[in-house]
Amino acid sequence: MSKRSPTVAVAAGLEKCPTGIKGLDEITKGGFPRGRPTLICGAAGCGKTLFGIEFLVRGAQDYGEPGVFVAFEEQPHELAQNVHSLGFDLRRLERQKKLFIEYVHVERSEIAETGEYDLEGLFLRLGDAIDTVKARRIVLDTLETLFAGLPNEAILRGELRRLFRWLKDRGVTAVITAERGEGQLTRQGLEEYVSDCVILLDHRLYDQVATRRLRVVKYRGTSHGTNEYPFLIDENGIDVLPITSVELAHVVSTERVSTGVPDLDVMLHGGPFRGSSILVSGTAGSGKSSIAAHMVHAACERGEKSLYFAYEESPQQIVRNMRSIGVDLGKYLRSGRLQCLAVRPTTYGLEMHLAAIHKAVRDHRPRLVVIDPITNFFTIANPAEVKTMLMRLVDFLKSQHITALFTSLTGGGKAMEATDAGVSSLIDTWILLRELEANGERNRALYVLKSRGSAHSHQVREFLLTRKGIQLVEPYVGPEGVLIGSARIAQQARQGKPSGKRQPASQAGVGR
Amino acid sequence: MTSAGKKKAAKNDEETWDLRLYVAGQTPKSIAAIANLKKFCTEHLGDRYTIEIVDVARNPKLARRDQIVAIPTLVRALPSPIRKIIGDLSSTERVLVSFDIRRQLP
Repeated sequence: MSKRSPTVAVAAGLEKCPTGIKGLDEITKGGFPRGRPTLICGAAGCGKTLFGIEFLVRGAQDYGEPGVFVAFEEQPHELAQNVHSLGFDLRRLERQKKLFIEYVHVERSEIAETGEYDLEGLFLRLGDAIDTVKARRIVLDTLETLFAGLPNEAILRGELRRLFRWLKDRGVTAVITAERGEGQLTRQGLEEYVSDCVILLDHRLYDQVATRRLRVVKYRGTSHGTNEYPFLIDENGIDVLPITSVELAHVVSTERVSTGVPDLDVMLHGGPFRGSSILVSGTAGSGKSSIAAHMVHAACERGEKSLYFAYEESPQQIVRNMRSIGVDLGKYLRSGRLQCLAVRPTTYGLEMHLAAIHKAVRDHRPRLVVIDPITNFFTIANPAEVKTMLMRLVDFLKSQHITALFTSLTGGGKAMEATDAGVSSLIDTWILLRELEANGERNRALYVLKSRGSAHSHQVREFLLTRKGIQLVEPYVGPEGVLIGSARIAQQARQGKPSGKRQPASQAGVGR
Repeated sequence: MTSAGKKKAAKNDEETWDLRLYVAGQTPKSIAAIANLKKFCTEHLGDRYTIEIVDVARNPKLARRDQIVAIPTLVRALPSPIRKIIGDLSSTERVLVSFDIRRQLP
């Protein structure tokens, strides 16, 4: 991660403290309020502690701000073990004096109470911890544990109020984690004390698929994204995906990109625009993936990175199949220019798919993204949801200026145009593949249904998959009508014309 | 009282008590706690006790040894089990209960 200035000044004058957590700073427009406490609440197991840890680790590593982690629940060695799998080495940060872990344990069974007391012991320990590493950040995880350990709630509440004031006086940016309570944000009503910024984490099941979500409930003195944003926890820490925040304000390009099929480029008057969305729909085996592979190959040839999401085939299978039509994706896959992510749609929910695509796009920075096919999303959600998800995806890719190619499998029985009507409004260029059955043979045909902002051919072209790739054959147009396939060849033979670009029969019609 | 309870109390009679009182500076609560503790020890423990008064305001690191959060805290390190009483020890009765001393010692 690149080093940014540690403070993001906002017009309103509220100084922010960047969390360094991917996506979160975008949603909060710069981070947590500097020098003030932020409350992170959520049910058990929703990632509160991890948010706290990453806030400190990023602060120490990327922003030169040491931190103190006050662990009320976990022992320091447990904590270090737990977050090691996420790439955080707490022990090393401790040795470097960038992190101090203060373990505060209150055992109710050992404690009795008689008379007046205060929490000066805690204050002194925190003060000492802050001084030891010159901390700018502090995380209290989970402060409410004190309610279980100390008998006198009145004293405790008074002292917590004093604690938050004291933290502000010390000028440290604090994160307080708390358990979600019934009918209120936190079990002990801590939101009363921490009123500058409140973040709610959620981990819920929807259709048997778990999705983690984050919402900024409150952020005093600043505008912020108000939606629920999904987040992922993986080996690189937390990833909040501000995917609902896209607007229809992306820059458009007049640059054309090749589809990798010269004939198709001609039909589209030079190819689709860069950053536009392309839909290739057709029945099973009509050559959708082949067109996608051509486009990917062309992009890689130009030296552009591509990202291929395969929801039906494994990367190896795609490489093997495409080699049979003369498209070698293997070398680009090996060199890393092409990244192929194969996953079954049912592996996780729609939101998580979108999140995963976001993350992959951000990590890989492609110029072309292929989703093959979008049809499979309909198995995990209803059409309206899929459409919304695709809309967000298209908007996101457009905002990043990435050309997107979607394939869609249409059922044999239905009218093809109707099947995809739901998503067509999102699509700039729509290419249809269909199989025409006549005279005892099936022929593949291709036509361009629409292409926004550009002239395009309206012809139905015969579509051939050869060992040298896709070829689009000019149909025979004559007094006999428009002829394709064997009828065209026969007609051309009768007229003594060469059979155009048509390959010998032995080479034609290689499976997709 | 059960025989086990008697035994325990008897054991307490013979052992030397190891007490640590955590205070933070010369606050009224701290001063009250010190006075109350001395009074309690004289009245109930005779000469079988040692008191260490730890001022965590002077050295906060010492508060970690016994996981001190509240001030004042009285820690009975011996006899085991370890016991903590938080507050200014103003109620002798409650100190007796929490230290498991159920009868007035002579």
